[in-house]
Amino acid sequence: MGYVAVKGGTEAIEASLDRLKYDRLKGEEIVEIKTILATMRPLVDQVMSEASLYAPFLAALAIKQAGGSMEEAVFLLRAHRSTLPRYYYSETVDTEDMFVERRISASFKDIPGGQLLGSTNDYTHRLLDFNLVNEKKEENQAWLQEFQERMCDDVADKELQFFPKVVDYLREEGLFERYPLDDTPPKDITKQSIQFPTGRSERLQVLTRGQTGAVTSLGYASLRGYGQVHPTIGEVRVGNVPIHVQHPYEEESDPDDLFYIGDVKLTEVESFVPVNVKKQNQKEELEFEIGYGISFGQNETKAIAMSILDQCLENPHGEFPTHDEEFVLLHIDSVESTGFISHLKLPHYVTFQSKLDSARQVKKGGNNK
Amino acid sequence: MITKPHFAFFDEGSKKEIRRATLKAVAIPGYQVPFASREMPIARGWGTGGLQLTLSLIGKDDVLKVIDQGADESVNAVSIKKLVRHTTGVSVTEDTGEANIIQSRHRIPEKQLREDQILVLQVPNPEPLRKVEAREYLTKRMHAEDDYSGAWLLLFEQIMKYGRMSTGAEHPVYVNGRYMMTPSPIPRFDNPKMHQSKALILLGAGREKKIFAVPPYTDVKSLAFDDYPFAVESFEGKACKLCGSTDVFLDEIIDPDTGERSYQCNDTSFCMEHLNAKEKEEVENSYV
Repeated sequence: MGYVAVKGGTEAIEASLDRLKYDRLKGEEIVEIKTILATMRPLVDQVMSEASLYAPFLAALAIKQAGGSMEEAVFLLRAHRSTLPRYYYSETVDTEDMFVERRISASFKDIPGGQLLGSTNDYTHRLLDFNLVNEKKEENQAWLQEFQERMCDDVADKELQFFPKVVDYLREEGLFERYPLDDTPPKDITKQSIQFPTGRSERLQVLTRGQTGAVTSLGYASLRGYGQVHPTIGEVRVGNVPIHVQHPYEEESDPDDLFYIGDVKLTEVESFVPVNVKKQNQKEELEFEIGYGISFGQNETKAIAMSILDQCLENPHGEFPTHDEEFVLLHIDSVESTGFISHLKLPHYVTFQSKLDSARQVKKGGNNK
Repeated sequence: MITKPHFAFFDEGSKKEIRRATLKAVAIPGYQVPFASREMPIARGWGTGGLQLTLSLIGKDDVLKVIDQGADESVNAVSIKKLVRHTTGVSVTEDTGEANIIQSRHRIPEKQLREDQILVLQVPNPEPLRKVEAREYLTKRMHAEDDYSGAWLLLFEQIMKYGRMSTGAEHPVYVNGRYMMTPSPIPRFDNPKMHQSKALILLGAGREKKIFAVPPYTDVKSLAFDDYPFAVESFEGKACKLCGSTDVFLDEIIDPDTGERSYQCNDTSFCMEHLNAKEKEEVENSYV
């Protein structure tokens, strides 16, 4: 009977979904979630960080479903996040309590507590290891056993070591301003969209969930010349911190009554940034400020770049886009940028027709009086 | 670990928050209300603002229609309907008259809407002053101070350069004589449909995290000068080759073989209804 111009969308989508499934299955291999969790932790960490949801299992599931596509995996996890009610805010986490796996400082050769390299790619040579082509489980197990024995001998009777913050020593010297602790609850940007000018709590939230590549690029741009921040890394530390919540119905809280709900792995960076400070006698003095970077998981490049951008945005500077909070904060989100870029694939024939009409009318030369 | 989606995807707290922003938007026509836009299972820029409005409003008895660039069967419209159906089970329709929530991208249906209907428009760029000023902090102020000189200047410059206003879709409007608003990228042809609309019009920008509204029976005026009046797209002398309608927005179709140009209704549901009515009439007449 009738006729509709654009028919067949439903069938086309179904067919496309089948194609997608076929592409995922045609190799006839299944990657297990536990395999992803066990062997691709940096990828899992990056997905959790950009999705701002700490859930290794779900992140691994997202990676599996997305076939390893970063933007797709982050998207899946973020969308899942929207379905979760939020019942509690955790108590403030003190990163001095971190169970440190890795902690280095570029500012001092010798820091109290010492440099602790931990696990890092930094000193590997990036040569393809062809031995991995035919990796053997037995060999791996033998290596593991040998390694664990060595470790046991090493730490057998040592006490747990405490790693103080590097910046504390400089504070004592008066090179860093001492600020009183500010325990104002942060504005939750996922419950209230950010308004400009922003507070630092909002900026840090946007930065920490930014796309790794975007945060790194802008941090790099600032460092290279399109910015005014030249930091030295005071400290990078990686490790687990415990998360506690208060009983929801009890007002008074004794720290001992808090509920422990689990650990999260974090990368924390404190960059030292020299700034000129005007003193009362109109003399300028060189002091240091801290650029702060933090990220879920082990995500060091991003956390360092974040620490640069944090200081950039603390000091607005008209000349450089990296110091412009709207420029930085509104363009680094993975879900937002990839979504809007990809929306260009949608049909635009109505809007284009409208523009075409305008162009034609202008060509005709007539004003529309 | 298999979980079922919650009714209308969101947790109830999220829905409430969106509804609160919506109520504020209705109370201040044309004003962009910030809201904590959630990430959706469809991509930012693909209608997440509209979708969040729809999901926050929808109840079990509602009937939903979704159109994309005028077509119910366009792939993204299908995809959005599929998601809403999957999470709510509500019935969907292509008939404009049957729906009480109509989510649309870039078009307002040709058929006049009623008081018991809500039109939800998807908005990519909610800020009509963005071309004038890149910074949100400043555009927000300009709205507060009723400073729209920049937007007027843009139009004036177009007249100076081209002899007429050369806006395409997204020609800015004044709502209730106060706030300047983008009508979302609907063609100029649809701007007048917003004026004194019987249906509530809600506009949602997911990526930019804004909700705004044109309540029923509100004045909406397209920006224009006395000597250079507002003009809609011209389809003079053209008619839909399928149903013969003239007073509608037409798609231009180029025959790949002959290169010949023809036109048909952009609003596929309207075209269908018109065709069916014509056919019915023909059948009835042939029996007389």
